[in-house]
Amino acid sequence: MQLDSPRYTLAFAAAVCVVCALLVAGSSVLLRDRQQANKLLYLQKNVLQATGLVAPGERLRDAEIVQLFDENIRPRLVELATGEYVQHPEVAPERYDQRRARADPARSRPAPPNLARVKRVPDVGLVYLVMRGGRATQVVIPIEGLGLYGTLYGFIALDRDLATVRGIAFYENRETPGLGGEVDNPNWRALWPGRKALGEDGSPRIRLVKGVAGPPEKNPYQVDALSGATITSNGVTRMLDFWLGEHGFGPYLARLRAQGGP
Amino acid sequence: MPAAGRTLAQATLTDPLIRNNPITLQMLGICSALAVTTRLDKALVMAVSLTCVAGLASLMVSLIRNATPAAIRIIVQLAIVSSLVIVVDQVLKAYLYEISLELSVFVGLIITNCIVLGRTEGFAMQNPPLLSFLDGVGNGLGYGLVLLAVGFVREFIGTGKVFGYTVLPSVYEGGWYVPNSMFLLAPAAFFIIAAMIWLLRTWYPEQQEEG
Amino acid sequence: MEHYLNLAIKAIFIENMALAFFLGMCSFLACSRKVETAFGLGIAVVFVQTLTLPLNNLLLNHLLAEGALGWIHPVLAGLDFTFLTFIVFISTIAAAVQIVEMALDRYFPALYTSLGVFLPLIAVNCAILGGSLFMQERDYTFAESVVFAIGSGTGFMLAIVALAAIREKMSYSNVPRGLRGLGIAFVATGLMSIGFMMFAGIQL
Repeated sequence: MQLDSPRYTLAFAAAVCVVCALLVAGSSVLLRDRQQANKLLYLQKNVLQATGLVAPGERLRDAEIVQLFDENIRPRLVELATGEYVQHPEVAPERYDQRRARADPARSRPAPPNLARVKRVPDVGLVYLVMRGGRATQVVIPIEGLGLYGTLYGFIALDRDLATVRGIAFYENRETPGLGGEVDNPNWRALWPGRKALGEDGSPRIRLVKGVAGPPEKNPYQVDALSGATITSNGVTRMLDFWLGEHGFGPYLARLRAQGGP
Repeated sequence: MPAAGRTLAQATLTDPLIRNNPITLQMLGICSALAVTTRLDKALVMAVSLTCVAGLASLMVSLIRNATPAAIRIIVQLAIVSSLVIVVDQVLKAYLYEISLELSVFVGLIITNCIVLGRTEGFAMQNPPLLSFLDGVGNGLGYGLVLLAVGFVREFIGTGKVFGYTVLPSVYEGGWYVPNSMFLLAPAAFFIIAAMIWLLRTWYPEQQEEG
Repeated sequence: MEHYLNLAIKAIFIENMALAFFLGMCSFLACSRKVETAFGLGIAVVFVQTLTLPLNNLLLNHLLAEGALGWIHPVLAGLDFTFLTFIVFISTIAAAVQIVEMALDRYFPALYTSLGVFLPLIAVNCAILGGSLFMQERDYTFAESVVFAIGSGTGFMLAIVALAAIREKMSYSNVPRGLRGLGIAFVATGLMSIGFMMFAGIQL
């Protein structure tokens, strides 16, 4: 057959398509479970880092992370508007994807205009409780908001008093390495534990400030901003303001406070 | 021209490493060279991914080169390259998840990395499979070499670390070294590559341009 | 309206494809010797970008995204073809480039001869594929993707014409031998991108 006849060309194109499709679909199907496991593991690791159960930069084997997480941490679903725990009709908390829910118009609502530039808020949020001896000792709240180049995603862990920070971790950022990207720096993250995220009245109060904020006892509501990264720092302040406030997890935190702890 | 005493295969593999380097001479594949070189581990993963894709794509294109109709050859090459890139992307997500997050869209952009398409179109379409494979791998390695060199300079001066391990303890960690964060910004990569080009062209004056 | 204006300004200056994200660098450096050629390539990029990015947006949201096929039959709602995005995007781009080339040749021969050489190059210009991938990552709506496409294309054109102008002027300078051509173009681009970094972080 002629190499450039239309029939041959079509047949050849079809053959290439089939081979490529097999290759791509094969790899996708074979590796999907592993990828999803990785995604979950990565989230779990960051939750553990926020709570301080794993030191920042500490290298653990996958099995150790899973074990630590399963032993100490209980994911719970919270209805944001009321602050009540809910049972999701279909999805167990372990499998709930808050980011996906937020993107789905049926399961989220537009956020009121806010400085953190959060566009949509999910109806149901995913929090993690750190359990010790049958009672919750920490609450881990998911946070997200705009930095300089893109959205930062992370967690903040609060103590039983629902005001004191136990730790913070960002699992995704697109900031400039060395400047805004330092949100991952263990030394900076070590400044957080002991500060107060919320004031006496229960509203978010913590701020990132230029210069040195001093020890938590002296200056509980302030943390050093990242040097050379004003916009990322403001972004962190604003996202905490939003997610710990009335349109985020504020009602939930207020409810826990009213009942005297998580 | 391959130097005396080396076989054609050896020359095909080693020529693109320094002398005929894809980035500094052929002006191919520059985009990703700038974006992924802030840290050595990212640069290394990117270099390995690209070398695999370039080698395999050249091999596959060369295998079917005599059966490929000329009219659709570009799109056939693109289909092969992008399938391979998807496979690499999936493998990275499955085995090196955290690095794949940081490389984000740049793995996908290997598809349009001109090194791959430039070599399949420029070399693999005219040459036998084994030689094409070596050519792809050689160009991938040449690219990787530049990536690693740039990554080393940027990570070392920018943070005082190599592969994430502290070499010069920085002042933020109680040491003495003041990291020069400018090297972590993208423009620094331009200056580093320009310096490499200058060095190479001083070494090989025949590559100098007029004007 | 204001939202779209902001998005356009952001795409042109703050998130300039060439100088902030370093996409399309190969043709950026290779086709910037003369202002005229740079302008031709720039126009071609705007054109192809505006054509393919919204098209890819439609394909992504109505064929590939998880649950996108639900409108055909509820059974298909669980399918997620997002792993195919690379291959679909690049095929759209390659096909669009091919079609544009043929259409121009047939109906606008004058425009074709002036753009001619650059069109095939664009299929492998990462600014184009990168634009589509950013669109996916940022969940743009259809209208947003049209604005983003025009903006990012224009930004690329602006940058490449500016670099070409600088390089034309540079022919009067005494550049060290080894740096001439490609080397000094790298340095100039680096300096330009430092200039564009000033825009970073402007919140619109």
